[in-house]
Amino acid sequence: MNTTWSRFNITSIVLGFAFLYLPIVLLVIFSFNASKLVTVWGGFSTKWYASLFQNQGLMDAAWVTIRVALVSASVATVLGTLAALVLTRYTRFRGRVLFTGMVFAPLVMPEVITGLSLLLLFVAVGLDRGFLTVTLAHITFSMCFVAVVVQSRLLTFDRSLEEAAMDLGAPPVKTFFQITLPVIAPAVISGWMLAFTLSLDDLVIASFASGPGATTLPMKIYSQVRLGVTPEINAACTILIAIVAVGVIAASIVNKQREVQRRRDEQAAQRA
Amino acid sequence: MTNAAASVSVNAPAGENKSRLSRIISGLAARLVIIIPYCWLLFFFLVPFVIVFKISLSQTAISMPPYMPTLDLGGGISGLLGSLKELSFDNYLWLTEDALYFNAYVSSVVIAGISTVLTLLVGYPIAYGMARAPASLRPTLLMLVILPFWTSFLIRVYAWIGILKPEGLLNQFLIGVGVVSEPLIILNTYTAIFIGIVYSYLPFMVLPLYSTLEKMDNSLIEAANDLGCPPISAFWKITFPLSLPGVIAGCLLVFIPAVGEFVIPDLLGGSQTLMIGRTLWNEFFNNRDWPVASAVATILLLVLVIPIVLFQHAQAKAQEQDR
Repeated sequence: MNTTWSRFNITSIVLGFAFLYLPIVLLVIFSFNASKLVTVWGGFSTKWYASLFQNQGLMDAAWVTIRVALVSASVATVLGTLAALVLTRYTRFRGRVLFTGMVFAPLVMPEVITGLSLLLLFVAVGLDRGFLTVTLAHITFSMCFVAVVVQSRLLTFDRSLEEAAMDLGAPPVKTFFQITLPVIAPAVISGWMLAFTLSLDDLVIASFASGPGATTLPMKIYSQVRLGVTPEINAACTILIAIVAVGVIAASIVNKQREVQRRRDEQAAQRA
Repeated sequence: MTNAAASVSVNAPAGENKSRLSRIISGLAARLVIIIPYCWLLFFFLVPFVIVFKISLSQTAISMPPYMPTLDLGGGISGLLGSLKELSFDNYLWLTEDALYFNAYVSSVVIAGISTVLTLLVGYPIAYGMARAPASLRPTLLMLVILPFWTSFLIRVYAWIGILKPEGLLNQFLIGVGVVSEPLIILNTYTAIFIGIVYSYLPFMVLPLYSTLEKMDNSLIEAANDLGCPPISAFWKITFPLSLPGVIAGCLLVFIPAVGEFVIPDLLGGSQTLMIGRTLWNEFFNNRDWPVASAVATILLLVLVIPIVLFQHAQAKAQEQDR
């Protein structure tokens, strides 16, 4: 396929990435603007970052958001991995069609529907809205994303390793923890990261499921954005973007190194 | 070899007991693997829809929760039947009487449809270029497409406000270059919503397209070229039909959530534009009319049932092929 990387292809990629990245780059640049007007450059300044850290409401919301994201991503990863195992390994059981439906539908379900339905559930069972309800809601939709990520890894998984372990007498549970899990670990980790960022970003579902005292950062940002664009919000967004970018890039570098190491091991094994 | 066989036969009686126990444990574990995620999704995904439907048949009331009759499971079957009699379709009648709701549904589907086509037009050349890139570059390009998806949706939509405003960066640029003399009014129009949806959902379109285009066998195109088929007609006769699964998956991934989109019409569309996700939000948060909001959600779900089933079908088919 290398031969036909024509000028057309290069142009479309360059334009496409410019479209994807220019708004984010502009947002980051204007977070360092000294002027209060977001779109007029008034010199370089980091004062918005300083005022950000003095904004107690924003800091509280950030803390709530991080706690919700940590808890919900961890539970969602366990549940999502189980769901992925069910999707790939248990091809025949009663209610499988319903199960696949319930895993894939939340991926495309409009957030307003998911949010409203979860809120009405929490009211019906008499659960007070707050930290717990937001976390439960986030687990529910992010576990489906984890399931899809892990499932795609399980589909390409070479099952002969598992079969060998079972032939040698390892019980399935032990086989899972000693053979399957280490192999699919990169997918499980990226599933966790995806669940974490989904929870960090969510506005609509959190707005429905949350109650007093559990305002998340996106809810806080949203209520300020509605009042107008401010450099302080730009600064908050820049910090969020930086956290996510560092996390994703670090993870991909670790992944790549592991891949290189694995290839080296394989070559060494073949030589030996 | 013979040693191993001997030791197995010697250990067999002791091993049988152990293996029966472990078989019971692993049988139980296997069942738990299914039951835990199954029950979670039943309770937190399916049951809530039943509740939404039930409340859409209730009446608004000034209480907490703000609807009548409430779901009272304590009254037993007679209590349940009694509360069933109080249910009514008034909210649905209300939705048909006020043209606002009908228009909001129609305009949401139309906006989502147009945006999906635009996203396909923007996304296809990108995915195509990526699939044709040198193999060493592809992982980096793939990461560059995924990276914006990891950054907050809200932030990415917010970034466009500063660009599209009348005194924003786009207008400053256009006036500076001399293309226009008056600032263009883009923010708070449908154009802004299109830009917002195309921008936010672009990775959802590019990823499935890229994965089908990358797997494609290039020898077919080479054969067509050798036989004298011009590149453009080779594209329409070979590449595009073969990439249809990716096109369908990408379009559904964009269209379905876009119909119910709230953040983009709210921040970029202003008060003049009409989309059903925002109508639902306003009914719930501003009018505090939970039953009508539930009825709006139920109808929205009915509108989306066919595309969602198509999406499931496409996913299941893709999974079968990967197996």
